[in-house]
Parts: sequence; C-alpha cells; structure tokens
Amino acid sequence: MVSAAGGGTIRSPRVRERLSWGRSAKAFGLARVRDINDTLTLQGELMKFGILVNEGPYTHQASDTAYLFAKAVLEKGHTIHRVFFYHDGVHNSSNNTEPPQDDRHIVNRWTKLAQEHDIDLVVCVAAALRRGIKDNNLAEGFRISGLGQLIETGIQADRLVTFGD
Amino acid sequence: MLHTVNKSPFERNTLDSCLTHAKKGSAILLIEDGVYGALKSTPYTDKVKAAMKNVAVYALYPDIEARGMQDRTIDGIKLVDYPGFVDLVAEHATVQAWL
Amino acid sequence: MTETTGGIDMDEDTSGVVKKFLYVNRKAPYGTIYALESLEVVLIAAAFDQDVSLAFLDDGVYQIVKGQHTKPIDVKNFSPTYRALEGYDIEKLYVEKESMEERGLTDKDFLVPVQVVGRAEMADLMEQQDVVLTF
Repeated sequence: MVSAAGGGTIRSPRVRERLSWGRSAKAFGLARVRDINDTLTLQGELMKFGILVNEGPYTHQASDTAYLFAKAVLEKGHTIHRVFFYHDGVHNSSNNTEPPQDDRHIVNRWTKLAQEHDIDLVVCVAAALRRGIKDNNLAEGFRISGLGQLIETGIQADRLVTFGD
Repeated sequence: MLHTVNKSPFERNTLDSCLTHAKKGSAILLIEDGVYGALKSTPYTDKVKAAMKNVAVYALYPDIEARGMQDRTIDGIKLVDYPGFVDLVAEHATVQAWL
Repeated sequence: MTETTGGIDMDEDTSGVVKKFLYVNRKAPYGTIYALESLEVVLIAAAFDQDVSLAFLDDGVYQIVKGQHTKPIDVKNFSPTYRALEGYDIEKLYVEKESMEERGLTDKDFLVPVQVVGRAEMADLMEQQDVVLTF
C-alpha cells in the first residue's frame, strides 16, 4: 500500500524489502533480484528531492556523494527541486578550478548535470561573499541567491538530503 | 527516519551519537568514511550489532569497495548502491545527516 | 525581494504549508563556522512561518554558553544573536541533558532560556520532524 505522492511512507513490507535490495542485489549477484524502478513508476511514487551540499570540491567527499546521489535520483525518474550549496560548498561553483586531467572535474560535472536536466544549482550569497565567489567567477549553470531558497526547498521538496563533513 | 553517518567511528563520535538517537524502526545508512562503522571485529562492532536489533543498518557499497573493505562487513548489514540510497530516502519520511 | 534580503522571492507558493523544521547543532562555536552559519539559516527561516525547533547536543551545547569574549581571537562574537531568536518567534530551543552534564554545564550557564531534555526525548523530537537540517 503506497500512500499518496508527495512524501508518504511506503508501508508494504514487500515493497520495503524491494526498496532495500533491488538493483543492489542484482549488482552483487545475490539471489533476490527485483526491479524497483517498475514498482515505483507503476505506483506513481515519484518525488521531488532537495540536496544540500555543505563542503567544497575535492577536500571532502560530500560533493561527490551528492552528485552521484543526484544522478541516481534522476535515473529513477524522480525530480530534483534544487541543489543548494552552503558553507564551503559554494566553492563547487568556482569557474577557476583546474583539477588534474585524469580525474573528475567536479565543477564541470555539476554544470553538465544542470544543463542536461535543467537543475537549479543555487549558491548561498552570504557564504559565497565570505569565500570570494561572485557572479564574475561563477561557473555555468549556477546562480547566486539567498538562504531563503534553501528553506523554500525544505518546504517544497518531498525529501531534503544533506551532504557535508 | 533515515539517518546517514559519513565519518569513521575511529575519527568522530557521529556514529555513536546516531546510534544513541536512532529510534526503533528507523534506519541508518553508512556512507563515505562512515562505512568503517560497518566492519566486523572493530571496537564498535558489538555496539552496531546491538543496534541492529532495533534499527536497520545499511552501508553504501561503492564506498566500501573504494576503501578495499569488501567482505569485511558485519553480517546482516545490507549493502546498497546509489539507486538503493535513493530508495531508502524515498522510503523514510525524513532524513537526518549526522555530520 | 532581492538576494541580499535572503532570496525570499517566493518563486513558488509556499504559503499555507507548515512543516516541522529541526536545526541540529552538534559542533562547538569558533573552531568551525557551522554554528554561525547554521544560526544565519535559522534567522532567514523565521520569515517562512514554519514550526522551528533548535536542538543542541554533543558539542553544540557550547554554542549557547555565557561569557564568550572573542576579541583575543579576533572573530565576531555571534552568541548575542541567540537572544534575538525570541524576537523572531523562535522559542523552541532544546538542550540535551546528557550532553550538557557530560560537559559539566547546567542550564544556568546558557545565555538563553532552553528546555533541557533527556536523550530519549531528544530522539523522539528528531523523529517527529519533517525536515532536519544539520550543519
């Protein structure tokens, strides 16, 4: 029994089990194989996710985990209400980064995700100003705005997930 | 509620804090360095196993694999990947990150 | 409304929706910026008429002790701001008893009125929330 879209808890134990194992079971060659995506789509339990990124690129894994989580959210057919960058997370929007060529380009990855899926990437103005991120060094796909945007996401999204230190 | 823990119990007390606040029926997902909390034969193993009587404990497998800790996790800890992480978030009404 | 006023431009209609927001404070002040920037979120959040609570546990209890004199470390003393919360109708401040006592503190040490709750009650409070923000 799945409650109405918009944040209800999925109550059926069978569905709960599926949700826990699903694709991971397939990936790890375990006995139980279920396709959770069908379950969710059929029952229409698609959600709006908010993501809060509290740390900058490379120093902490937060930005990486947030990005991979965001991709998985989209692959499952859910939507992302907003990704909000706070504290040192604002550095994910710097257009000055030059990481080694053989490693992931975190800033560009966010830009690409935003452009391909029309995701709202918001950088907190107060945190940005403290750390020297302004419009003139902001990477494509990001915009600077206020903390109100984070609260709005908390209100509007079905789930808000935080990645930090 | 779904609780996430992203730091090693050897480094920080976040796993401990989380375990003492997670109510019966909730779930804990260990991610990033938090996956070290999922391992057998550490000073924290017994505490985690005790918690597992009341709380479902999960670990993000990509983080375990990245750290070379495959085949060392406590029996009964469910391994999930990123899609599984998304499902866990969807399944629980709220998520709390222990940072 | 502009960005300098906190981005309260209400692109979407959030009126009427009231969620329980819990701000979890577990870190000491000044060693990192999380205490200060978390408080800044709370102040902005006040404009949205949500059901706001603040929880102080672990080292977070240190954020609200009296007697913070920060001139010698040359950083702004932001502790008076906690007293301003009441003026924003943010009055639900919870301090975890065990965290407080482990650190040799009592509620007389705090610069704002708080409700001291045991760990189990704090866990209940957390479970009741719609949105939990941790910094």
